[in-house]
Amino acid sequence: MSWETVVGLEVHVQLLTRTKMFCACSARFGDPPNTNVCPVCLGLPGALPVPNEQAVRLAVRAAYALGCAVHGRSIFARKNYFYPDLPKGYQISQFEEPLATGGALAFVSPERGEMTVRIKRLHLEEDAGKSFHDRVPGMTAVDFNRSGVPLVEIVTDPDLRSPAEARAYLTALKQVLRYVEVSDCNMEEGSLRVDANLSIRPAGASELRTRTEVKNMNSFSGVERALTAERARQIAATERGERIEQRTLLFDAASGEVRPMRSKEESHDYRYFPEPDIPPLVLSEAWLATERSALPELPAARRERFEHSFGLAGPESAVVTATAAIADYFEGFAAKAGAGSGKEAWNWVANDLLGLSGDGETIPLAVERAGEVVQLVKAGKLSRQAAKRVLPELVAASHDTALEVAERLGLLQVSDTGAIDTWVRETLAAHPAEVARYRAGEVKLMGFLVGQVMKRSQGKADPRAVNAALSAALVTTSG
Amino acid sequence: MTDVRAAARDASARIAACEAKGTHAFLAWSEAALLAQAEAMAASPAAGAGALSGEVVAVKDVIADATFPTTCGSRILEGWRSPFEATAVRRLREAGALVAGKTACDEFAMGSSTEWCAFGPARNPVDPSRVPGGSSGGSAAAVAAGAVTMALGSETGGSVRQPAAFCGVVGIKPTYGRVSRYGLVAFGSSLDQIGTFGRDVTSAARLLAAISGRDDRDGTTLDRIPLGEPGPVAASLAGTVIGVPREYFPEGLHAGVHAATRRALERLKDLGAEIRGVSLPHTKYAVPTYYIVAPAEASSNLARYDGVRYGLRDGGASDVRAMYRATRGRGFGAEVRRRILLGTYVLSAGYYDAYYRKAQRVRELIRADFARVFAAGVHALFTPTTPTPAFKFGENLADPIAMYLSDVYVCTANLAWVPALSLPIGRDQGLPIGGQLIGAMEGEGTIVRIAQALEHSLDATAEVR
Repeated sequence: MSWETVVGLEVHVQLLTRTKMFCACSARFGDPPNTNVCPVCLGLPGALPVPNEQAVRLAVRAAYALGCAVHGRSIFARKNYFYPDLPKGYQISQFEEPLATGGALAFVSPERGEMTVRIKRLHLEEDAGKSFHDRVPGMTAVDFNRSGVPLVEIVTDPDLRSPAEARAYLTALKQVLRYVEVSDCNMEEGSLRVDANLSIRPAGASELRTRTEVKNMNSFSGVERALTAERARQIAATERGERIEQRTLLFDAASGEVRPMRSKEESHDYRYFPEPDIPPLVLSEAWLATERSALPELPAARRERFEHSFGLAGPESAVVTATAAIADYFEGFAAKAGAGSGKEAWNWVANDLLGLSGDGETIPLAVERAGEVVQLVKAGKLSRQAAKRVLPELVAASHDTALEVAERLGLLQVSDTGAIDTWVRETLAAHPAEVARYRAGEVKLMGFLVGQVMKRSQGKADPRAVNAALSAALVTTSG
Repeated sequence: MTDVRAAARDASARIAACEAKGTHAFLAWSEAALLAQAEAMAASPAAGAGALSGEVVAVKDVIADATFPTTCGSRILEGWRSPFEATAVRRLREAGALVAGKTACDEFAMGSSTEWCAFGPARNPVDPSRVPGGSSGGSAAAVAAGAVTMALGSETGGSVRQPAAFCGVVGIKPTYGRVSRYGLVAFGSSLDQIGTFGRDVTSAARLLAAISGRDDRDGTTLDRIPLGEPGPVAASLAGTVIGVPREYFPEGLHAGVHAATRRALERLKDLGAEIRGVSLPHTKYAVPTYYIVAPAEASSNLARYDGVRYGLRDGGASDVRAMYRATRGRGFGAEVRRRILLGTYVLSAGYYDAYYRKAQRVRELIRADFARVFAAGVHALFTPTTPTPAFKFGENLADPIAMYLSDVYVCTANLAWVPALSLPIGRDQGLPIGGQLIGAMEGEGTIVRIAQALEHSLDATAEVR
């Protein structure tokens, strides 16, 4: 039998606020344990939570970026469970009346092409602390720096049909959230976490079958691997005639396997109820309208605009809109660097400048300085090939001009006809056989001869000047 | 200018005398701490200028302060010293008052007698064989014994007004949101409110004025300017309409309570007030509603006492779950455990709609009862504070329902968020009887004005039958 996979994702994203969700402690990652804590985020007796306005603003922005309806009134709720890194014995979240519902995100599925996944809900909540089971022998150590850090949880409908599609959705989601500067979505630092729900059904069926939840993935590829493993497990079990039980499984990145959690750890009744310490979150229509209009251009819109404005194909446009910083760079470069057409600008950015980026997210060379290199090429002082060598040097040598760098590297092209004529003469003398064959009509040997002249010039000769000189010499000597 | 050092010495002597009689109003206090506060106060440039300058205020042990431990009357927080102080305590200190010490209360404010205090109950100074009421019984007893003239208590369901009535002092429960809950250890967060005790209406109202007002640390505080100091006693209540809800005067009401409230209503009429019969039809659902909402919130609020970060930890356990069970089983008393179980049950999957959600709906009906009566031109309601005078130790301990029913007239105001106060209106066989004035939302000024006039016009120490 052929099986269809059904996947829905719950993504937790840490908001880029300076302070925590309900207190003034720093939300910074990586500080020494338990240094960013106070009575509120430690859950001391008598302390009370007060919502962080900036967290609300970022959550609203995320919701609008994902096309959600943002509700003028939403309520916080307590999710009750005991765990050593949960200081109050409950997490403040949202349950019955979330901040936002009913959104959608368009992305390109590797199997089905352009598609839309529905966003069921987006809500605000606080993070828990972090437990370390390996720091102190026989004990668990807890760091509460993360306790109370603001998160949004973004829940999709079960619209995804494969592990690879789930990954593609995550990539698109991360891109949107980074575009609107809601989160840095760094999975390694835990600022983006994914819980995945997966079920299988016979291909063509429409009903939803019992699903399992897979947790503990620490990269997008990990999500894909975990879901692939869980899909295989469910298909094998079903084909053996077993029933799939609703449960939670943990992915082990080392072995690539998913393992069920102990049932004791997963049988939670969270006893949600409205958080009495925080009044309903009421957002005025005017405030929401302002936030909505302040939303920056989203990746899809930008891709489309670049296709039209710069004459790029879809995939080309995608390359230079990968991040907002790259897209800004591309636009600045196209306007100021003097590369010529949009397509030429794209060639520079996609083929030369993006390679300078360590993280694939920003380009560490100002548009103006990159433009100097473009101008050297246009003026015939630098070959397109040599430009590739100048660019990284230019990044390192922040006080030098492109011309100075090219000079120092000895890459400036020689257009001086005297020098080129000498190299041409030497080349013709060194390759009499090829010259003879050329003259006998084997014109494709021109390329070989040009290459030999270039080699002799150690790459410094202007290829156009070489071509001209070589053609003239071959004609002259034959005539 | 008040000599704050003399006030501290004087208060120490009075507290020592109160405790020497076995009242056990205080869980923690010391002359040294009082004198140290007085020295610091005297040295500050604002010395003597505050509204409460020279006052010494006792603080219920569920309210965090920086001088003494904050145990909430519980083993699980025995010795706990809060690293911060409650907004209410900070404000009373900023107004020039000294903190006398921390007073006995039922564990985590759950109880009506202080018999559930893990460190022993307080006694009623009027009759030491009887309870002072609760849960703020230590604060009421401290005022009744003359150890202090003012005290802070807290209410979730009448925990200031009921002990005020039992001990023959004044207790005010303000509108929900009038006083910051920051630093008040939570019991039922949607009901909790810090209240004040005084030997008379004016002193309780002065303390309330000093601690009231918006606090950025508590998002549920009302965004209003602080209450003003109470005015002079009004000579007449002409034009004031006082409602008498028939549901608070059932057949078979305790004869002494009945006589005292009848006498007080006569006085109010003498003062020129119009007395009008009214109905609050959902009153009968108040106690069951309260005993769903309050334990539900308590079960969540008390989850933090898990032995992980502070307070008691039973270290003998083999794993973390066993540690939770051992710590909480040993650290919490019977009444707290009962309410945690009750609250956990009503929030559980499959029961939430039948209990918690339904209780919230009934709560809206109770609130609407009050709103309707006040919208019809009634300025305040007058009722008994408690169904009986103070009961004896042990009388209700074995019967939680009987204990809960002693809150029948007081818990409605907590559910509805409206302000209410209790003042002494007479005695029956030597035991104080309390009369209750309930105001409209934010109507503290009105009930204080009426209470001042009533207080002035009757002898609260006289036998009523």
